[in-house]
Amino acid sequence: MKDWPLWEVFLRARGGLSHRHVGSVHAPDAELAVRHARDTYTRRSEGVSLWVVPSAQITASDPAQAGQMFEPADDKVYRHPTFYTVPDHITHI
Amino acid sequence: MPSLPTIAPEAEARAERAPHTGVFDPHIAPHGESTAAYALHLGDDALILGQRLSEWCGHAPALEIDLSLANFALDLIGQATGFLGHAAALRGEGDADRLAFHRDVLDYTNCLMVEQPNGDFGQTIARQFLFSTYQHLLYEQLAVSTDPTLAAIAAKGVKEVAYHAEVAADWVVRLGDGTPESAQRMADGIEWHWRFVDELFEPADVALVAAGIAVDPATLRRAWDARIAAVLAEARLAPPAPRRAVTGGRRGHHSEHLGHLLATMQHLPRSYPGAVW
Repeated sequence: MKDWPLWEVFLRARGGLSHRHVGSVHAPDAELAVRHARDTYTRRSEGVSLWVVPSAQITASDPAQAGQMFEPADDKVYRHPTFYTVPDHITHI
Repeated sequence: MPSLPTIAPEAEARAERAPHTGVFDPHIAPHGESTAAYALHLGDDALILGQRLSEWCGHAPALEIDLSLANFALDLIGQATGFLGHAAALRGEGDADRLAFHRDVLDYTNCLMVEQPNGDFGQTIARQFLFSTYQHLLYEQLAVSTDPTLAAIAAKGVKEVAYHAEVAADWVVRLGDGTPESAQRMADGIEWHWRFVDELFEPADVALVAAGIAVDPATLRRAWDARIAAVLAEARLAPPAPRRAVTGGRRGHHSEHLGHLLATMQHLPRSYPGAVW
């Protein structure tokens, strides 16, 4: 059990929504990872579809580089589509 | 992942429209007491296995397995509540709790397999594999019983036990086709339980079967044998040799293990009658 790899679990709450990361499970292989994810994360009807991904396969950005990665976007307000007036009858925007 | 075993379409349809509370149907009245006894044996199987599995809670080899086994236990205890409640309603006395907590060993009619000790994880998985495969086939048929309450409980439970059977089969394959030690433990687990298999297929009450209320377990044997053989082959485990069956559970003749299980399960309601949370 200690040598079981870790799997990241993604859950679709209902049709039409995208899968969202909900946590992780240990399991010896992908099929059992789905079983474990089912028993760990869907016991209260939280979802309709599961993905599992080996945690080792995820490449993450380096927190030490967060400054150069993300801060340059902070002062580019013109990238937000907020510089025009939305007519009142336009909804869902 | 292998797909789930097929569930008869009418079983799912019944789950949608069947009533979920005990309803006394006058047309089964002539079989009232024998139907109650049948519901009791179905409920006892589920209850005792659920109680056994719950012993793993906090002790399973991994947190994820702990959750899986506890989920199985709760599924089974839910089914038991339905079956025992139906038995009580048919008899017009008591309720599911009364039947679960205020009967002694001799009055329990569960099969011997479900009361066997958990042993190691391999032994627990072996029992789950053999029994859930049986229960899945049984509930598929029971879901079209002429007794609407039995049919409704089975239709709801068939999806639960299909999952139990499939997870257990997954583990049989992984342990059987794993390391030499896991293969040995898995083989030992199957070996331990094999003498209790024939009891699962003991004939049900003939009149109940004729009335379409009960399932004749003999009709399930061929499919059960095929499924077990297929999984054992995939797990590279040799099928156990036939042996003399040990039976008697349906008549209240239990192994020494059941009394200990009941003592744990019944202690609180018997010591503090009427206790509530």
